[in-house]
Amino acid sequence: MSYIPHTEAERQQMLAAIGVTTIEDLFEAVPASHRFPKLNMPAPMSEMEVTAEMQALAESNEHAGDFAIFRGAGAYHHFVPSVVNHILLRGEFYTAYTPYQPEMSQGTLQSIFEYQSMMCALTGMDAANASHYDGATSLAEAVTMSMDVTRHKRKKVILSHAINPQYRAVVRTYNQGRDIKFVGDKGQADIEDLADMLDDNTAMLAISYPNFFGQIDDLKTLAERVHQAGALLVMVVNPMALAMFKSPGELGADIVVGEGQSLGVPLSYGGPYLGFFATREEYVRKIAGRIVGESVDQDARRAYVMTLRPREQDIRREKASSNICTNQGLMALAACVYLSLMGKTGLRRVAELNYHKAHYAADQINQLPGYTVNRDKPFFNEFVVKCPTSVKTINQRLIDAGMIGGYDLGKDYAHLKNHALLCVTEMNTKDEIDGLVEELGKVK
Amino acid sequence: MEPLIYEISVPGRVGVNLPACDVPQSELPTELLRESVELPEVSELQVVRHFVNLSQLNHAIDKGFYPLGSCTMKYNPKINEDMARLPGFAQLHPLTDDEGAQGALALMFDLQEWLGEVSGFAGVSLVPAAGAQGELAGILMIRKYHLDRGDTGRTKILVPNSAHGTNPATVTMAGMDVIELPSDDEGNVDLDALRAACAGEQGKHVAGMMITVPSTLGLFDRGILKIVELVHECGGLMYMDGANMNALMGMVKPGELGFDVMHYNLHKTFSTPHGGGGPGCGAVGVAERLLPFLPGPIVDIVDDGVEDEAPLYGLVMPEKSIGQLKAFAGNFGMHVRAYAYIRVYGGEGLKEVSRHAVLNANYIRAMLHDTYKVPYDRYCGHEFVLEGHFEDAPDIHALDISKRLMDYGIHPPTNYFPLIVPEALLIEPTETEDKATLDHFIDVMKKIAKEAKEDPELLKSAPHITPVSRLDEVRAAKQLVLCCAPVMKGE
Repeated sequence: MSYIPHTEAERQQMLAAIGVTTIEDLFEAVPASHRFPKLNMPAPMSEMEVTAEMQALAESNEHAGDFAIFRGAGAYHHFVPSVVNHILLRGEFYTAYTPYQPEMSQGTLQSIFEYQSMMCALTGMDAANASHYDGATSLAEAVTMSMDVTRHKRKKVILSHAINPQYRAVVRTYNQGRDIKFVGDKGQADIEDLADMLDDNTAMLAISYPNFFGQIDDLKTLAERVHQAGALLVMVVNPMALAMFKSPGELGADIVVGEGQSLGVPLSYGGPYLGFFATREEYVRKIAGRIVGESVDQDARRAYVMTLRPREQDIRREKASSNICTNQGLMALAACVYLSLMGKTGLRRVAELNYHKAHYAADQINQLPGYTVNRDKPFFNEFVVKCPTSVKTINQRLIDAGMIGGYDLGKDYAHLKNHALLCVTEMNTKDEIDGLVEELGKVK
Repeated sequence: MEPLIYEISVPGRVGVNLPACDVPQSELPTELLRESVELPEVSELQVVRHFVNLSQLNHAIDKGFYPLGSCTMKYNPKINEDMARLPGFAQLHPLTDDEGAQGALALMFDLQEWLGEVSGFAGVSLVPAAGAQGELAGILMIRKYHLDRGDTGRTKILVPNSAHGTNPATVTMAGMDVIELPSDDEGNVDLDALRAACAGEQGKHVAGMMITVPSTLGLFDRGILKIVELVHECGGLMYMDGANMNALMGMVKPGELGFDVMHYNLHKTFSTPHGGGGPGCGAVGVAERLLPFLPGPIVDIVDDGVEDEAPLYGLVMPEKSIGQLKAFAGNFGMHVRAYAYIRVYGGEGLKEVSRHAVLNANYIRAMLHDTYKVPYDRYCGHEFVLEGHFEDAPDIHALDISKRLMDYGIHPPTNYFPLIVPEALLIEPTETEDKATLDHFIDVMKKIAKEAKEDPELLKSAPHITPVSRLDEVRAAKQLVLCCAPVMKGE
């Protein structure tokens, strides 16, 4: 049977050694009334048949392999060098588990340590953990940590409406059993308005950089105001943008979280992705999740090990601040390999390609009658376009022309009906962009 | 040792070939820009060698036996990886309109149905990203269920003392309180303690109970039906931690035992890889009364279609959903792998999986119980616990046995868990290991028991053949070094 190696002779020898006659005898403790139910499921299939079936399912999807894609909104189509996938397919990496035994896991441990280092470099923070599930849950963990840092005496969290709506929804899901008040994201409060909400009951203020609309806000004085109020500044960032824009560390952030999918992880219909989490040195002992540290072995050789373990659920149990155990290890490895390949100059280059192409597209679209691009603030690789008709209508037309259009902002923001969030990355050629502009121009 | 990637970096070296900019360049907002990012500067070959060298410092299922209890380190079929990388899956944007993602949605719908059938539940959400997130989903559903009925006093969750640490940590995260229950001397939940916790006024505060089946000791709790009955009688709901589902497929359905909610670990039972610590998938299944509370979005048929037409699938939020647990609809790449796995086995095959997982564990137990103390020496599920110490070798601990196993190329069992067994070694061979591998492990364990008495230093100083010897973990925690020197502040 498929992946089970036993022969009938071996089964009999093993049963004899145990002292039973059938495998069923081993289940005597299961209530007889409920034992051995029928499974109403499909019959087994050969690898050939399974492959054919799944290929057909896959091909029926409208995916970025077949369509030019101009959609981001939290998940991005970027170039992934071949090396990344080849490393991820090393069985030594992907069929290992959490490195509980450091002597047999130095490969995983060192690569996490290198990943942590790269995330520190990108964010300008002092320490990063080994990952959370995604950008949204990283933000939820930041809420938990800010409560912990402010000793559970502060109960208010200020969220910008320009943080990804899904992230804000997740933060609320996580905290429905806790006494925390979320404010700031119901209307259209800007950075100044958010800062005005700070008081001595505020644990943290979170903004997005770039924000959900692709824009870079002026953050020069925000950190000071947040810190004056005794709260933490949390920044939700796009790591690709950090290759060119000032680091959150420079801007005074205390916790930096975000979605690392842009760093070598495919779209994959929403997961598995990579939640990263970084903070300042003084808060290191409050981080949830795995952290790898450097040490030495008994022979004084440098080696790596999971550290600050007493924070975690398997030791602290109900007193742990988070229940996180399994995280997104392999995706952190993908980011580590990706960032190694891109390196100091390559990542900047990719980021600038994104910037230039997005701006070229925005300029062209802005000239079309009926379309207006929001250019109030600098932007990175996404921008908001006011359209002459519904985004749904436009996107249907684009699909027919082989393109996946922008995200319909009206789904999340009542005041942005007929507004699309368009994304342009290094994957979009000039021809594709020109094709998009041409097609949009046909809609009046 | 392999140097750090930063240590082989040379200024000016580039590891990637990128296209020229084919559009007119725009002016950059210089006042908003940073100088540079301290990333390594290495060639493509250097990157490949570095990570291949690192990979070879790991132990992994593809390399050898990995009997890490409660983790189900079974073979991860290669076809699963290929399927997850099909462009139609890997390059599908999560915000694709449902009409353009019918293949993905059909796959998820079938997976929901199959997982529901395996465990006897009315509905399944694939959203949770890992077991711990599935637990959070489950406890939040239980909480919301009571609140929805206006039953506001139920704030306590019963958890046996043998539970995985995520269970009590989850309860706290959900804003509820843990009541820990003792185990009896057979490893079952102490029914008298449970009765007391569910009785009278106290019982009105019980929101539910979390229990692992088979238990973290690898045992089927003989009182399981009584436990479910007692908790239900006092108005609580039953949560099953499905970490050990590999013992149950086709053997018993948790939903039929009366459980209200359970999480699956697709990265354990359904062979999606562990990835060195994730990603996983902690899908949750629920009984009828919790259906409206499932975390969303889940996949449903939104239009049946006429005659032979395929139905139209869509992502929907259940009516009283606890909400979204992560962005988008879950770790889809893991759904693809689990789908491929279930398709290959079919229902009959999954039954064989559990039968052989249990056979393998019992075989090792039977072959080792004269050499090691097996605290609960009865038929076990897919794993069992033994004690890693000997009366005539007082200095030897479970840790020493674990480290010595490495010298024989075997990954140690889970040690010091469950907490209720002294010097615990939790052994889970899984069904994909053949008899020869098990026999080798049994021989090695016997040999180590002998060494423990004759030459204990051999164990105390183990491992000897791994890339590094035992770590100074105290130093790691005291002199914190969490990132490479070149990116540390002030350097």
